[in-house]
Amino acid sequence: MGYILNVEALNQVLQKLGETYRLYAPVRKIGEGRFTNVDVVRYDFISTLEEIELNAKSDYSFKELLTPLSQTLFFFTEDQTQEAKIDTSEAIIFLRSCDMHAVKRLDDIYLNNGFADPFYQKVRDHVHFVLLGCSHAYDNCFCVDMGSNITTEGYLFSLDVDNDKVSCDVKDPEIAKLFDAVSAVKQDVTPKAVTETAVHVEIPETVPNTIYKNPLWDEYTARCINCGRCTTVCPTCTCFNMQDTFYTDNGKVGERRRVAGSCMINGYTNVAGGGQYRRTNGERMRFKVLHKIYDHRRRFGNDMCVGCGRCDDVCPEYISYSNIINKVNNAVKEGNS
Amino acid sequence: MSLDVNLKGLKKNAFRVSKHRGETASRVRVPGGLINAKSMARITEIAEKYGNGTIFITNRQGIEIPGISMNDVDAVNKEIQLCIDEAKINQEERDKGFPASGTRNVVACPGARLCPFGCYDTTAFAQKIENQIFPNNRHFKIAFTGCSNDCAKVRMDDFGIIGMTEPQYDPNRCIGCQQCVDYCKIRSVGALKMVGGKVVRDHDLCIGCGVCVSYCPTRAWTRSKEHYFRVVLLGRTGKKNPRLAEDFMKWADEDTITKMVENAYAYVEEYIDPNAYETKEHVGYIVDRTGFDEFYKWIMKDVTPNEKCEINNRLYWGGKQYDRSNNLKSPGLNPYQY
Repeated sequence: MGYILNVEALNQVLQKLGETYRLYAPVRKIGEGRFTNVDVVRYDFISTLEEIELNAKSDYSFKELLTPLSQTLFFFTEDQTQEAKIDTSEAIIFLRSCDMHAVKRLDDIYLNNGFADPFYQKVRDHVHFVLLGCSHAYDNCFCVDMGSNITTEGYLFSLDVDNDKVSCDVKDPEIAKLFDAVSAVKQDVTPKAVTETAVHVEIPETVPNTIYKNPLWDEYTARCINCGRCTTVCPTCTCFNMQDTFYTDNGKVGERRRVAGSCMINGYTNVAGGGQYRRTNGERMRFKVLHKIYDHRRRFGNDMCVGCGRCDDVCPEYISYSNIINKVNNAVKEGNS
Repeated sequence: MSLDVNLKGLKKNAFRVSKHRGETASRVRVPGGLINAKSMARITEIAEKYGNGTIFITNRQGIEIPGISMNDVDAVNKEIQLCIDEAKINQEERDKGFPASGTRNVVACPGARLCPFGCYDTTAFAQKIENQIFPNNRHFKIAFTGCSNDCAKVRMDDFGIIGMTEPQYDPNRCIGCQQCVDYCKIRSVGALKMVGGKVVRDHDLCIGCGVCVSYCPTRAWTRSKEHYFRVVLLGRTGKKNPRLAEDFMKWADEDTITKMVENAYAYVEEYIDPNAYETKEHVGYIVDRTGFDEFYKWIMKDVTPNEKCEINNRLYWGGKQYDRSNNLKSPGLNPYQY
């Protein structure tokens, strides 16, 4: 069921939704980028359409709601523990098609990978989605080649805004009532989707073990600075570290947190006794790339990477992950891997 | 007719007197070191038509066109008008060239328009100050640098302005990767430490360079909305007592600085030696005569510094005092020669 309405009418819908749902969308944070007078677009709670940044790719992904960068799991005293409160009120995430596909990857890891992670599940059970249409691809996007450019289900409604004209494909009958209550014309709507990107990748079907020793990784030992930005912006990276911290004024009580981890950041593979499985940045890059385009598929049937290109947008050393995919593919094809 | 030129007037008109008799060089002001291509093309034309075909880049980011005949000064002034207009230099009379040369070209590093470390738009601040103080015959050197790296070497100037940002920390976005702590130690002053998985910043030690913000992978560190500045005073080169500028303020805001600079000119008008050679006395040497407290009183007149601003109430400068001693510290033969 589709609706055409104006911004004012949509804001009335959002206002109604806001009574039940927390609305989580990409927002432009003025001057909060890495450099002076540079903005960052990241997710935050909103109440009106105007607050949503619709004309840029978000630098950081929606995943921060489902897997917070830093999350206190429980508090402990000498003989007791108390789970931290998790906001389980209903939430709606506004995201693009690639990110809709990324949700499935997060679910793979946190829900379908042996046992369900209770902290993730608690939030996930109350999260719904609004699909943001893409009228064009942004720099470094390669969603088409990753098959994540189109989303046909799983969202309450879609959102395409062209000046004052808002087009929504409403899937949820309860939500449709909200659209019926405002001034809107019923008309079939197909969410806008990208069908062509400037960047292309070709994923090898299989990767021989000899790729581990391929000299192509050496370049990244020299170029990569293991800052981990690629993984913190990635909508599908799920690794975390645990922190047990004791409050300084009473060393017997404290809390356990989990914080986002990164296979690119130094220390990730440290083990007791001083061992470290991947020491060079080239090895770390190899692990990350193969995880995204091969290992995950072996276990779950689909590639982890959704082609949003945020890692290429953010890399301070101008390393292109999509280019690495193609290098791997060429190495496999030429049989010199 | 023999050359009959008022050299004092020529110098005030921003022409340098050459050692080659009858020759001069046109000194073009380039506030903040930023000049557009159109003006640069005009400078090239003048250099080829009136000069000797070369262009000199000065130490203070100005441009000098050498090899101009003193007979061509009026013609050059007409042609240089385009550069004056394009740079929006204050002028008293059109087609008469630059109206003063005492207050030197205002220097700025590339700053936040280009440099990843720049904490503010150095060019814009330099142009704003230029507009406020020029034309002026008083010998002043003002320089702007974007961050504590001080690439503009503002500690050699009378007023040195160093950009600062006050890092803002959101512990909810911090993943404890420690990169800010490590890079602060490597590239800056080591003002950060890890406490219980989160980062604690020592505000007294922090120089506001923004390295932590630059290296944070999650935007747990961001820059303050306000731009802050360190103000260093009365550095100088020269024969008598070359010295580096000393810290006067940190976490100062733009208003505080613009008012202080204006006040400093009033101070010089009051205290400059009326019998000074060529009516020229550098502000630093005037302060040496009046004492810093008097200077402080004048520059802080009607100035209400912003709340965060910290002020050094008394400054002491170092440097060599060649008018007292020109002795080397360990004179004698170098024993390693033998």
